[in-house]
Amino acid sequence: MKHLTEEELVLFYYGEGEGVTEHLQACEACRQEYRKLQRTLNAVDSFPVPERTALYEQEVWNRVSASLPKARAKRPVWRNVHAWGIAAALIIGAFLLGRMLPPERILTGPASVARTDNSGRVLKAAVGDHLERSQMVLSELMNTGGPATGTRDISYEQRVVEDLVDANRLFRVSADTAGDRATAALLDDLERVLLEIAHSPAAVSTVRFEELKRNIEDQGLLFKVRVYQTQLRERERTI
Amino acid sequence: MIMEESDGLAIARAKAGDHDGFRSLVERHSRSVFKLAYRMTGNESDAEDIVQETFMRAYKQLNRYESRSSFSTWLYRIAANCSVDLIRSRKVRQPVEVPETLQATGPDADRMLFSGQIQERVAEAMKELSGQERTAFVLRHFEGLSIEEISGSLGVGSNAAKHAIFRAVQKLRRALEPLTA
Repeated sequence: MKHLTEEELVLFYYGEGEGVTEHLQACEACRQEYRKLQRTLNAVDSFPVPERTALYEQEVWNRVSASLPKARAKRPVWRNVHAWGIAAALIIGAFLLGRMLPPERILTGPASVARTDNSGRVLKAAVGDHLERSQMVLSELMNTGGPATGTRDISYEQRVVEDLVDANRLFRVSADTAGDRATAALLDDLERVLLEIAHSPAAVSTVRFEELKRNIEDQGLLFKVRVYQTQLRERERTI
Repeated sequence: MIMEESDGLAIARAKAGDHDGFRSLVERHSRSVFKLAYRMTGNESDAEDIVQETFMRAYKQLNRYESRSSFSTWLYRIAANCSVDLIRSRKVRQPVEVPETLQATGPDADRMLFSGQIQERVAEAMKELSGQERTAFVLRHFEGLSIEEISGSLGVGSNAAKHAIFRAVQKLRRALEPLTA
């Protein structure tokens, strides 16, 4: 008698496959093999998912709706920050365009070297500016004491951070495309922290606020940003 | 199906720019997206990020959604892709997070301890699956999607989806059978 393959048994476990029941009734070896498979796959069900609160749907909607385009349009106060994001996108666009142009459209000889250097420098300068803004908002959070009781409203910082997240993504992709791993890694770390702030509720509890600060501290992000900026300034000076 | 009909209405409203339509979709599916994301990543905070990212991507791509597949399948595809992106982006693997179930003492303690060991082993074994294997397996085993739906979610043929599940089961058997035999 030809035994069932493992694939046939797997399909049968998931309610597919024909003629398997009849075979299992007649074949002890396949029955045993199927029981082993069944025990293993049943064990996988023991992988538990943490419970969510009764208000989970509402919490998700609050986080999602804060990032929807319509909500953004209601924030004229931050037009300047948003405009800065657009400017960043334009700089990056120009930088990437410069890298993607076919060789015949790029100047040859020393001029082309100068052009490549310039686009890299423009990107670095824009990243430096972006880091400075990020540093300001992170420092503000770090230097503010959490409330003794109750909650703290961080909606002000969140609005800044949301725009920084968008710009950060663009810079990270550009740095990655340009092969600048160190900058891309720093921006990657920064993005995680910015996202964590952006995704927090606007009114954070004392515990959550301290946790946010601890995460910023644990990653040594402000330190890394300062080191990067110092290196950037030194590089500018030597050029 | 009533659920699919109301999804359809909500989608139509959302496509017309009505945020309440999209809100209805978020509220209806956020819990199941979280479960999927958690099973994909094994990490609560990553799963929360994926839930948020999934709905943001869904919102941006809503005009591309066609009602040939159910909305939940389409959303699962986005969530699975977000999960795979996140798993790939992790430079250092996070320690496996297993909810605490081992606090019991008394007659059931041994059984609980054993079940805790299995949970840990399952979580470890799941981490060893490739993105495609894990996605295919989670969608089949936990979400009950058909091979055709999984192949649609992964953007691969039925055979590739089926084989991803087989490979996942083989790896899980190798890791778990010493405990379950």
